[in-house]
Amino acid sequence: MLLEKPTTRRKFLLGALLALPVSDLLLKGVTAAQAAEMAAPELADYKPIFFSASEWQFILAATDRLIPAGGSGKAPGALETNVPIFIDQQLHTPEFGAEIYLQGPFDVHAPATMGYQIPFTPQQMYRTAIKLVDQWTQTTYQKAFHELSTEEKDAVLTRINKNDGLDFAALGEPALKASQFFSQLLADTKHGYLADPMYGGNKGMKAWIAIGFPGARASFTEWVKQHNVPYPLGPVSLLGQRA
Amino acid sequence: MAQITKKEVDVVVCGLGWAGSLMSIELALAGLEVRALERGGERDYPDFAYPKPADEYAYNVRNKVFATPKEVAVTVRYNMDQTALPTRKWGAFAPGTGVGGAGMHWTAVLIRPTPTDIKLKTYVDQAYKPGILQDDMRVMDFPFSWEEIEPYFYKFELICGQSGTTGNLRGQILEGGDPFEGPRSEPYPLPALDDTLNNVMFKEAAKKLGYHPFPNPSACVSRAWKNPYGNQIAPCNYCGYCSKYPCLNYSKASPQTAVMDALKRLPNFSYEVNAEVVKVVLHEDGKTAKGVIYYDVDGNEVFQPAKIVVLSSFQLYNVRLMLLSGIGKPYNPITEEGVVGRNYAFLSNGGATLFFKDKNFNSYATAGATGQMFNDISPGNFDGPGLGFLGGAKIHSSQATGTPMAAALPKGTPAWGMGYKEGLEQWYNHSMKISITTTCQSYRDIYLDLDPHYTDHRGNPLLRMTFNWKENELKLQQHLKGIVGDIAKELNPDSMSMSFLPMGADFDITKYVSTHNVGGAVMGDNPKTSALNKYLQSWDVHNVFVPGGNAFPQNFQANPTDTIGAITLMAAQAIKEQYLKNPGPLVQA
Repeated sequence: MLLEKPTTRRKFLLGALLALPVSDLLLKGVTAAQAAEMAAPELADYKPIFFSASEWQFILAATDRLIPAGGSGKAPGALETNVPIFIDQQLHTPEFGAEIYLQGPFDVHAPATMGYQIPFTPQQMYRTAIKLVDQWTQTTYQKAFHELSTEEKDAVLTRINKNDGLDFAALGEPALKASQFFSQLLADTKHGYLADPMYGGNKGMKAWIAIGFPGARASFTEWVKQHNVPYPLGPVSLLGQRA
Repeated sequence: MAQITKKEVDVVVCGLGWAGSLMSIELALAGLEVRALERGGERDYPDFAYPKPADEYAYNVRNKVFATPKEVAVTVRYNMDQTALPTRKWGAFAPGTGVGGAGMHWTAVLIRPTPTDIKLKTYVDQAYKPGILQDDMRVMDFPFSWEEIEPYFYKFELICGQSGTTGNLRGQILEGGDPFEGPRSEPYPLPALDDTLNNVMFKEAAKKLGYHPFPNPSACVSRAWKNPYGNQIAPCNYCGYCSKYPCLNYSKASPQTAVMDALKRLPNFSYEVNAEVVKVVLHEDGKTAKGVIYYDVDGNEVFQPAKIVVLSSFQLYNVRLMLLSGIGKPYNPITEEGVVGRNYAFLSNGGATLFFKDKNFNSYATAGATGQMFNDISPGNFDGPGLGFLGGAKIHSSQATGTPMAAALPKGTPAWGMGYKEGLEQWYNHSMKISITTTCQSYRDIYLDLDPHYTDHRGNPLLRMTFNWKENELKLQQHLKGIVGDIAKELNPDSMSMSFLPMGADFDITKYVSTHNVGGAVMGDNPKTSALNKYLQSWDVHNVFVPGGNAFPQNFQANPTDTIGAITLMAAQAIKEQYLKNPGPLVQA
């Protein structure tokens, strides 16, 4: 499902701008990339459609640590690229997780090489795990996850990743390991960062611009033999945004 | 829901991928009334107009054009004593669905096995002293000679517009091609695809070390092509969205581009989508089939009578349908009696990823089949007997895509946090791969049967796979690790990581290898050890033909599609020339 957002006058104006040829946009003093970025919703204004308010706080805080802002390069962080919106929209999509074979019995102790043997859809996994992590941080730090310091958040995420001292079974959920939730969250975060902007993340194609991926250009007959020459053109998106 | 009986047709084809579409067009061109039933949906080119397929998330992550585990999971266990567990998500392999099947979104490496590969048992008996190989190995010869099958390889390659460099033309070895290939009666129809930077680097290093690299034979066509059915295929534009994607440029030979347009114009051909065949119905004596039962899109149970039944679903589901229908005796791994389910095999992969700070590979500018490979390490071309294992590999520089979610990062790069983000920005587009695609032998206790616990949405048992790596395959991996490591050193990267199976490794169903599952209903000369004869005809039910990878008695290092096309076309020829005149077993055992 594509990004759902309320139609606003601003969006209408930007939609009209996007429909113009690049040369006209330049005359108006705005690049296609800027227009595309402006067309995406502001994370702060976004109302989640899958997550509850407290779950949303967790997702904002966790994705911000998984792909943080700043650093030595020009790559943006998860919040600057609307990754939480991507995850919220995907989990709201009926097809997301509908492909999984969920007939029992479940052997939740099967070796990792046997793959997904969890009696949950991804949606159920998020709901269950966020509750347990917040429960654990309340007990340990007397705070919800999103209220922790940066260092504490990273330490908790590391525990979740490694099943180290944060045991979902001990918290009452034997069918799910913390690390299994971490894998799902990290994969969804990276997908939101690098997917086409029409899914709600990768705002303004900024992740693609930073790494040098040309997006949906998909035509390189003249380029395949140009060896070790940096490709000169910026990305295009499936809906025709250019940068 | 209603029960419906359709009018009898000459041929009912169950599954409309490569095997089903080839069988359909060949038999329809011969004048037979052919009706195809496809479990998945319609897939036609307007669905794949640019830029729709240029969507890594939808196609590569969400598997938009694949069958879902919810519909067609299988169960997996490592040995006969375990309880198998279902493939709840796809991992090591991912079957296709819909019109075109996996042929619509394949990588399009269109390569033949070698003459040794098709006579592997004969090679083993000549080259290996008794006792060198594991005693539970059960490799077999394919039941045809190189000379018999070669015209059908060539016919399928013309259908696909195969692009590549000829290495052996009627016995003459030609520079730039594969000197180990079997003699070709005609050169490749089209020249090879262009090489990317990583391929040039790999090719030079491999040559320097004494190997014989050649361009990957490709069904992404290098030039405009009109095939024998009159279908036109456009030159590849190296869009970078190929393996797991439908082609946005009409450039990848697929049932759609190469067969369906001509097939749909034949008035004696019809097809139905969302038609799930659940059983082949046999006459009371069990010697012939009456037709098939399927569920249509509205959930009606439909009986389609037919004089000939073709099972052309994916390998796993052909075997399952035979087991569910009682065609051929199920294999028993203890007594080794029975034939349906035996000689299942998969394949392994692995390789090295090399990182170069100062090289821009632009790896998103590629065809799926773009690459160089060498065949020096395939059976008969190196000292396998001295090393104590049977098998080999294509060693290649294929890099089917450069999309960012699949980007490799150097060893030690964190999986998340600032280190991950900076690593991605620094290293994206600066790596190349050297990969292996291996053989996999067949064994007494590696097989397929029906699962006793898990069922599909209709309550029918799932197919159960008993499979794990054997010592022979892991020894092969160790040998290949050395060869790949030497080539990597020759290329002198800033850093590199290696990925090979260690001795003792278990089959990991979570990591994608390839959907080259083979065997389970194999072709052979002996009805006691094969389900099908050389014309893919059931030994037991003579009007049932089962084209597909299921017919391979073990897996060779070559990609399977060229051979699936060739054996299907050979079977179609036998049906037209022999079976129609005299319906009955085409081979007397």
